[in-house]
Amino acid sequence: MNFDDTPQEAAFRETARKWVAANAPKEFEQELSKSSLGRIRLAKHDMVEVGKAWQKKKAEGGWACLHWPKEYGGRGATPIERVIWQQEEGVYGKLTQPFQIGEGMCGPTVMAWGSEDAKRRYLPKLAAGEEIWCQLFSEPSAGSDVAGLRTRAEKKGDDWIVNGQKIWTSGAHYSDFGLLIARTDPNVPKHKGLTMFFLDMKSPGVEVRPIKQANGMQEFNEVYFTDVVISDSQRLGAVGEGWSVSLTTLMNERMSIGSRLATGVPELFEFCSNLMLEDGLAIDDPAVRSKLASWAVKSSGLKYTSYRAISALSKGERPGPENSIGKLVSGMMLQDIATYAMDLQGAAGVLTGADEETVHGQFQQMLLSSPSMRIAGGTDEILRNIIAERVLGLPGDIRVDKDVPYNKIPTKGR
Amino acid sequence: MNFDFSDDQKQLRDQARKFLTEKCSPKTVRVVLDGKAPYDKELWKGLAEMGFLGVAIPEEFGGAGAGHLELCVIAEEMGRANAPVPFSSTVYLAAEALLIAGSDAQKKKWLPAIASGEAIGTLALFEGKGNPAPKNIKLTAANGVLNGVKKPVADGAISDFAVVAARTGSSGRDGDISLFLVDLKAGGVEVKSLTNLDPTRGQAEITFKDCKAEPLGAAGEGWSILTQVLDRAAVLCAFEQVGGSDRALEMGRDYALDRIAFGRQIGSFQAVKHMLADMYVSATLARSNSYYGAWALSTNAADLPEAAAAARISATQAFQHCAKNNIQVHGGMGFTWEFDCHMYYRRANAMALGLGSLSYWEDQLIDHMRKKNAA
Repeated sequence: MNFDDTPQEAAFRETARKWVAANAPKEFEQELSKSSLGRIRLAKHDMVEVGKAWQKKKAEGGWACLHWPKEYGGRGATPIERVIWQQEEGVYGKLTQPFQIGEGMCGPTVMAWGSEDAKRRYLPKLAAGEEIWCQLFSEPSAGSDVAGLRTRAEKKGDDWIVNGQKIWTSGAHYSDFGLLIARTDPNVPKHKGLTMFFLDMKSPGVEVRPIKQANGMQEFNEVYFTDVVISDSQRLGAVGEGWSVSLTTLMNERMSIGSRLATGVPELFEFCSNLMLEDGLAIDDPAVRSKLASWAVKSSGLKYTSYRAISALSKGERPGPENSIGKLVSGMMLQDIATYAMDLQGAAGVLTGADEETVHGQFQQMLLSSPSMRIAGGTDEILRNIIAERVLGLPGDIRVDKDVPYNKIPTKGR
Repeated sequence: MNFDFSDDQKQLRDQARKFLTEKCSPKTVRVVLDGKAPYDKELWKGLAEMGFLGVAIPEEFGGAGAGHLELCVIAEEMGRANAPVPFSSTVYLAAEALLIAGSDAQKKKWLPAIASGEAIGTLALFEGKGNPAPKNIKLTAANGVLNGVKKPVADGAISDFAVVAARTGSSGRDGDISLFLVDLKAGGVEVKSLTNLDPTRGQAEITFKDCKAEPLGAAGEGWSILTQVLDRAAVLCAFEQVGGSDRALEMGRDYALDRIAFGRQIGSFQAVKHMLADMYVSATLARSNSYYGAWALSTNAADLPEAAAAARISATQAFQHCAKNNIQVHGGMGFTWEFDCHMYYRRANAMALGLGSLSYWEDQLIDHMRKKNAA
C-alpha cells in the first residue's frame, strides 16, 4: 500500500506539471481557487471564452481529451494518465466545465457509433474546444424514465423531421451541436422505438429558452424543436437502437473518476472554527463536533474510495461500481450541511445578502442550490436502484410498461 | 498509487476466510453465546497454529514478522466470522502495548506466549462509566503495588496478564498516568465476570489489592503510550467492523433474494433495495477510511491519530447501521434467537464502545483536523 507513482506515472506527471506551469492562465488562478461550490463565474471575463482559449492551448500541446486516440484529437493516454493530468491541471480544470458534456458523453458516443467521416469531422474540434456539444435527453415528462420521452423524429425522404421539447440542457445556449434522442416509432415498446441523432444547434426550428431555477439562477435551458430537419447521415446507430446508444453515453458519465465532488465539509469546518456561539467557539461545542466528525468521515471516505478506484486504474483494472456512491453521498451532505450551518447562525441564518457578516450567504446559496445535486445526473433514488441491482444483484423493479407499445402506455395528458 | 492490499495480503485474507469458514461457523459461535464456554479454545489454538496471533509480532519474539497490513486483513475476517475469541484484547491491545513500550525482557516473556496461543492478554483501562481520559483513572500505583478496580475489562476473566493504566501522580496532567504489567495468575487480583451485550466476548471487573506489578514503559509516559495503543487498536478494530458490516449486508441481501412476500422477492421492493443500498454505501465509506488507517498504521505516519479516528468513527457507524438494518430486512425472523442477525447486532454495538464511545473519537478527529488546519 502506497501513494507513490510508478516510474512511468512519475515521468508523465513531471511532463504534465511542467507544461501546466508554463502554459496555464495564471491570471485566473486565485478566482478559480476560491469558487469551490456551484458554477464558476469570472468577475471580468466570459467563462466560455476563457475556457475555449485554455482548451485550444491544451489541444495544441496534446493535453485535450487525452484518453482519446490521437487521430481524433486526443493523446492516446491511459486511464491513469488521464487521472494524473486532472490532478496536475488542478484549479484550471474548472475552466473545462463548458466542454465536459461533450468530452464525457457526446464525444464517446460519436466515437462508438459515428461513421469514420463523422469522427474525423467532429471529434478533433470538440476536443480542441472549437465546437461545444450539449446533450438533449431529458424531457418534461421523461426524467428518470428517460425512455418514456416524447420528442418525435419522422422520416421524410433522406431526412428526419423533429418536433418536441427537451429540458435541463446545460449549455444549450452556447453549444454548437447537440446529441439528440428521439422517438421514431411509437407503435413498439418504449425502449425499442428510439433513435439517436446529432444536430447543429443553429438549425432552423431550434429554440433555446433559459429556465429560471428554484434557486433564482439560470444555468439550464429548455430546447424546443419545430419541424427541425436532420439529415439521415446524422443518425448514430440503427433506427430503433437509440436506447443502446444512449447507454454508451450514460456509462461514460459514470466513468469519470478522480473528479472531486464538493461535499461542503471544508466550508463547514472553517465556518465552525470561526463562529462564536454563546459559550465559545462552535468547534468547541460537543454537539457541533459530533456532527462535523460524522460529515468529515463521509467526505474522507469518498476521497479514499476514489483513491481505490485510481489504484484499480493504475493496475489496468476496470474500477468497480463503488464509484456510483459519490454523488449520492455528496448531494445529501451538501443539503444537510447547508441546513446545519444556517441553524448555527440562529435567526440571522435567514438572511442571504452577500454583505451579511456571517460567511456572506454562502450556506444559504448552498441550501437553495443543493436540491439539484440530488436530482441531476440520476436522482438519489435511481442511484440507489443502480447500487441495489448492479452491485448487490437484487431484482429489477416490476415494469408495468415494459412490453406495452409506447402509444398504449397510460400517461397524464394523453 | 497503489491504495490496495498486495496480492500476498489478499491471499492471506482468503486463507483466513477459508480457515474461519471451516472452524468458526455460527454454530460454534453459539457455544460461547449460550454460555457453554468462555471462549472457543479450539479456534484459539488453530489461530495460533495458522500463525495469525503473531502475524505482526517480530520473528525474534516468536511471531511471523509480517506486519500490520497483514494483521488488518486477518482482522477483517475475524469480524466477518464474529469469532468468539479474545483476539482484539490480546493482539490489538496487549501485544501492541508491549511492542510500543515493553522492555526486551517483557517482550521475550509475553510476545512468544501470545503468538503460540499460550497467553491471553488485555488492557485494563476503564473504571466504570466514561471515556478514555487521565482524570478517569483512579487506580493507584505506589511502591510497586496496584490498588483499585477496573471495569469493564474486555476478556478479563480469561486473561493471563493485563496492561494496567494507573495513577502515579496528582498534578492534573497526562504525566500522572503510568502503565504496569500484571501477571493475573500471580495473586493480588480478584476477577469477576460481568454480563454484557455481546456474550461472545466476555467483560470482567478486576480488583487489584496490593497487587505486585512491574512498570511498562517509563513512569509518567502511560497516557502517551495509551493513546498510541488506542490509535492502533482503532484501525485494527475498524477492520473487524468492516468485515462485520460486509457480512451483515450479505445476510440481508441473501434474505431479500430468498424471501417471497406479496408474490415476489422482497428484494424487488424499492423500500428494501434502498435500505440495502444505503448499507452498502456505509460499508464502502468505512472500508475506504479503514484502508487509509491501515496505510497510516503500517507506515507509522504522522497522520495516524486522525486516520485512526476517521476509520473508527466510519466503521463503527457502518457496522451499527448494517447490523440493525439486517434485522429489519429479515423482519420478524431477524428478531429470533435462532437467526444469526442478533449476534452481529450485539457485536456491532459492543464494539462501538470498547475503545471509548463515538464522542471520544469524534473529539480526537476534530482536534487533529484542527491542528492540521492550523499548521
